[in-house]
Amino acid sequence: MRRIGVLALHGAFIEHEHALSDLGAQAFEIRERGDLDRSFDGLVLPSGESTVQGKLLCDLGIMEPLRALIKGGMPVLATCAGLILLAGSIDGDQARWIATLPSTVRRNAYGRQLGSFHAEADYEGIGVVPMTFIRAPCIVKAGKGAKVAATVDGRIVAVECGRQMALAFHPELDQDRRIHERFLALAA
Amino acid sequence: MTNTNIEAPEKCEDRSKLNRELAQMLKGGVIMDVTTPEQARIAEDAGACAVMALERIPADIRAAGGVSRMSDPAMIRSIQEAVSIPVMAKCRIGHFAEAQILEAIDIDYIDESEVLSPADDVFHIDKTKFKVPFVCGAKDLGEALRRIAEGASMIRTKGEPGTGDIVQAVRHMRKMNQGIARICALREDELYEEAKQLEVPLDLVRQVWKDHRLPVVNFAAGGIATPADAALMMQLGAEGVFVGSGIFKSGDPAKRAAAIVQATTNYADARLIAKLSENLGPAMVGINEDEIKLLMAQRGE
Repeated sequence: MRRIGVLALHGAFIEHEHALSDLGAQAFEIRERGDLDRSFDGLVLPSGESTVQGKLLCDLGIMEPLRALIKGGMPVLATCAGLILLAGSIDGDQARWIATLPSTVRRNAYGRQLGSFHAEADYEGIGVVPMTFIRAPCIVKAGKGAKVAATVDGRIVAVECGRQMALAFHPELDQDRRIHERFLALAA
Repeated sequence: MTNTNIEAPEKCEDRSKLNRELAQMLKGGVIMDVTTPEQARIAEDAGACAVMALERIPADIRAAGGVSRMSDPAMIRSIQEAVSIPVMAKCRIGHFAEAQILEAIDIDYIDESEVLSPADDVFHIDKTKFKVPFVCGAKDLGEALRRIAEGASMIRTKGEPGTGDIVQAVRHMRKMNQGIARICALREDELYEEAKQLEVPLDLVRQVWKDHRLPVVNFAAGGIATPADAALMMQLGAEGVFVGSGIFKSGDPAKRAAAIVQATTNYADARLIAKLSENLGPAMVGINEDEIKLLMAQRGE
């Protein structure tokens, strides 16, 4: 059985845990440095507010070891705030968090809550999937090695780079499990 | 990349799911009351997952007395410009015109709040008519389900605002949990009578019975002043906390705010919370429940 560490500092992490357990994987929560000492096959960086998660990663001393794990090839599924944590650069913002993904993101790319929306679009290698965008970011530039996996309305909303899957939308909020399935295949 | 189909989320019923989902994104976080862009930045830097923009924090509203209304839209805008996290604002209970104004300035969440003077002593706002989400206070399960039936996308306890006294928030959270546990223990054919007793729609009672939880996210609010208060509420089942007067009425707001954020995340780690609670400076002074004349939680049932 695959064991997946879900960063559980803030946001919609329980929804990811449910999706993973639906698919027969075992999810456990990462809340402090010591939780990273367990052995596991993949990592989920969930949705929430990236400023909150980034600050807690620093305060709790988890940022450096997480970055080292991802650089070492640990498979990652990052959604919304997770995408921002993973991004190499943030448009119009000095902040850098884990920064292992060679791409540039724009926070709140669709504006405030009134700009949140639902769509259905192609995800490379899967087909049409439901996509929920909540105060979502988008990817303004997929850098070297980052493959565009989905676009909506001309904007890049998912990229994959090595074993990193980074999405601007929320697969954990819809019942379609194919995105998580694809991630678990990476973590096999 | 073909087959793109964006559903224009114009109809209000389409928005209700998106609005509940925004509350899901706030879980495990701390929403802080702020009155200026400077305070909003301090809150964001300390790890707030959203800020509540208002002219006066509840402790000052209580001290000032008189009628308390929606804040100046220019003031709310200055806070929207200062931070990148969601910005909430309060309107009076039943004052749908204030809510329309807040929607027009693109607010992320409206708190139909008992902290302000109620505009209607019978009716709450029909929140299903709005595209923006609403959070409402509730003292027990019946009140929570009535607000959800009216379209609230998020619930919070109605702990006595501006007092620094946690007792009512604890009471409300326990009553909520007891109400849910009671429904879950019922036979399916007993749900009709329960809906009648609670004065709420049957389908919501049935949903609680099935899911063993409220249909929307439930935060703690009112009287939270220390990291230990936040940990207490989280252990009682809150999915996050609002901190009003507790931060900017204390000695060292930035440090206290950051400590409450960490305590909300790692609410079961007493060793960590002990460390977080060290040298925070004076907490807000606070008033006891029996020392106050005005119980705001009784506004709007």
